[in-house]
Amino acid sequence: MENENWNNCQKATFLIEKRKLTRISLREILFLYYHLYQCKLCTLFKKQSHLIDHAFLQIFSEGIPTLDEKSKNEIQAKIDSKLDNN
Amino acid sequence: MGDQLIVTEPKEWVKTYGDYLYAFALPRVKDGEYAKDLVQETFLSALSKIDGFQGKSSVKTWLTAILKNKIIDGYRKKKIETVYSDLNNPEGGQMDFFDSNGGWDENHKPSPFPFETQDSLENKDLQTYLKFCFEKLPQVWRMVFIMKNIDEEKSDFICKEMNLSASNFWVIMHRAKLALRECLQKSGTV
Repeated sequence: MENENWNNCQKATFLIEKRKLTRISLREILFLYYHLYQCKLCTLFKKQSHLIDHAFLQIFSEGIPTLDEKSKNEIQAKIDSKLDNN
Repeated sequence: MGDQLIVTEPKEWVKTYGDYLYAFALPRVKDGEYAKDLVQETFLSALSKIDGFQGKSSVKTWLTAILKNKIIDGYRKKKIETVYSDLNNPEGGQMDFFDSNGGWDENHKPSPFPFETQDSLENKDLQTYLKFCFEKLPQVWRMVFIMKNIDEEKSDFICKEMNLSASNFWVIMHRAKLALRECLQKSGTV
């Protein structure tokens, strides 16, 4: 087994992200707990990462853009002509 | 059965689903004209496949699936060759976030965001800066990030569609977040 570098912030931040989206191994979970216990920077990263995820979802649910009428009519015309040809 | 769908439904498509499909496409392709073209292509291609539509899903779901495929196709054609170079794109954020031991590089250490983050439920500052920062990410990263976080696609699916290895997928998710976080940290201070 490889020699664990418990201070590896690159690995910790990678696992923080990965864990949000899939299962990680028990060994990785233990690494993460131990690392975050003693690393303020990665703890801050984790908190900010959650903030980003949350804000990202909000951006996508707000201010829905709409198709202008002119474009709608153009598309409708194409559909109509295709329907007429069938 | 098919008659009803073929004759009446498509006449109502643009009115019923146009805005929805456009709103779906726009943030994913960023370009309004291109988004419009994709919506039009979606309707036209749906029309030619309508006999295959079996009503197992709603028309909206069906059209969205067609649109999604077209968006992904567009990426595949134009951008996929840049995935690997994007990984080394300094704008997207790179290696030197960390030193050779995996510790934070001095110039990339996290510090609190320079704007209010307390009221995170309705945080307009955060959202504004995040939009700006997200636009700066390489295109493929954006697509992968949206597919995972917004569309909630399975990682396997994304890898297959975007022609990525599993490890490259995780590297993109990791670096995208590192880059976004750092960009936010620098926002509002200029």
